Amino acid sequence: MTILAIESSCDETSMSIIKDGTIDLGTVILSQIDIHKLYGGVVPEIASRSHVESITIVLEEVLNKANMKIEDIDAIAVTYGPGLIGSLLVGLLAAKTLAYIYNKPLIPVHHIAGHIYANNLVKRLEFPLIALIISGGHTELVYMKEDYSFEKIGGTLDDAVGECYDKVARVLNIPYPGGPSIDRLAKQGKNTYKLPLPLNDDSYDFSFSGIKSAVINLNHNELQKGNTIRKEDLACSFQNRVVEILTKKTMKALKEYNVKNLIVAGGVAANSGIRSSLEQECNKNNVKLTVPPILYCTDNAAMIGAAGYYAYQKGIIADINLNAKANCELGDRL
Amino acid sequence: MEYKVTMKDEYDTIELAQNLESEKFPNMIICLNGELGSGKTLFTKGFAQALGIKDNITSPTFSIIKEYDGELPLYHMDVYRLDGNTSGVNIEEYYNKGGVVIIEWADTIKDILPKERLDIKIKVLDENKRVFIITPYGKQYEELCEAVL
Repeated sequence: MTILAIESSCDETSMSIIKDGTIDLGTVILSQIDIHKLYGGVVPEIASRSHVESITIVLEEVLNKANMKIEDIDAIAVTYGPGLIGSLLVGLLAAKTLAYIYNKPLIPVHHIAGHIYANNLVKRLEFPLIALIISGGHTELVYMKEDYSFEKIGGTLDDAVGECYDKVARVLNIPYPGGPSIDRLAKQGKNTYKLPLPLNDDSYDFSFSGIKSAVINLNHNELQKGNTIRKEDLACSFQNRVVEILTKKTMKALKEYNVKNLIVAGGVAANSGIRSSLEQECNKNNVKLTVPPILYCTDNAAMIGAAGYYAYQKGIIADINLNAKANCELGDRL
Repeated sequence: MEYKVTMKDEYDTIELAQNLESEKFPNMIICLNGELGSGKTLFTKGFAQALGIKDNITSPTFSIIKEYDGELPLYHMDVYRLDGNTSGVNIEEYYNKGGVVIIEWADTIKDILPKERLDIKIKVLDENKRVFIITPYGKQYEELCEAVL
């Protein structure tokens, strides 16, 4: 089964043609990150406007890349949420139009399900598994008993981990996007600043608002004392704490659910500190760890095509009335 | 008229939010301003809890607007990333939907704020202490402040 997938939930316009949920026949990603850099973050209006401008170009290119016609496609999969509503609508409208004109089934895919299935393009998922999704808008731990069955066991109570990186970067005047910049700086620094371990409790929930405030306070206090902040050291200290709590709660979930497969997904999965800490712990505990290559960590349509295949197997199909949803949980009704 | 209230810790902030909630009315608009980490989202959490919202209030920075169902609907916004460019998000649409609108970083969209509203400016004194400078615009909001503050 060949699926044309469309993803436009944030600042990437992407389409992909995926065979049987595992083989990427062609993927095109048009990123707006350079535009958003100017503003220090994603600007929704600019985001939706450039989606409109790019979507037909991306469609043409992906068909060229896979050397196919739309007639050769069996179904259309699309991200319906969560994300920026204006951006989501552009992709959704394109998907609905194609499904309607060419009379193909329309498969709605939750953005997070997509991130999880990005791993399926590298290696077929093995169940049961725990998925740690970490990105600019999400921080979630999900338990999966089998294909396309999601049980959210924990999530952030306030800021997402990537958002926390961006805000800390803003305070320290480190360029956007904050994640890669802080990761780079952290490698040059030492863990010298004392910061709290955020929401260090027995739950699977996360809270990154407190550590954000702690960094802001520390920065304030040092500046008031006339001291300069050693950005490398602060980046290192901050990243250490974030990595520590993410690792701790993820390993706890694996143990308590008696699961030997861990997948990491989302843009922050590219973070070298988080990768190496999880690798180490997984090795120690005999857990199979899968982290997708960077290309599949950030938003892309390939992952939506992979997830869409398994959604279709479960009979998840939408009609032309499918709506975009800015906020929605995995497993919510459409 | 301007009210200055000192918060000694985050519990004070939550209490203030709950007190303001007790005098809520449909189409109530609260504008929050204050630097990162000053407690804007914390205030909103307190307000939402009092509204009987069971969902956890998470930061709206990523999605700009989040909607919740309570005794009244709550529309929680963070307009920082718009950088004043509001043309594509229809913020004004939310002013008359019958719910409570809480806007973080409202100063960045001054041009499209309604005339009648409650402005709250949060100043950070130290790690825990904050000063809330509360300014009501319009009769309904003046009465609200007299009742609560």
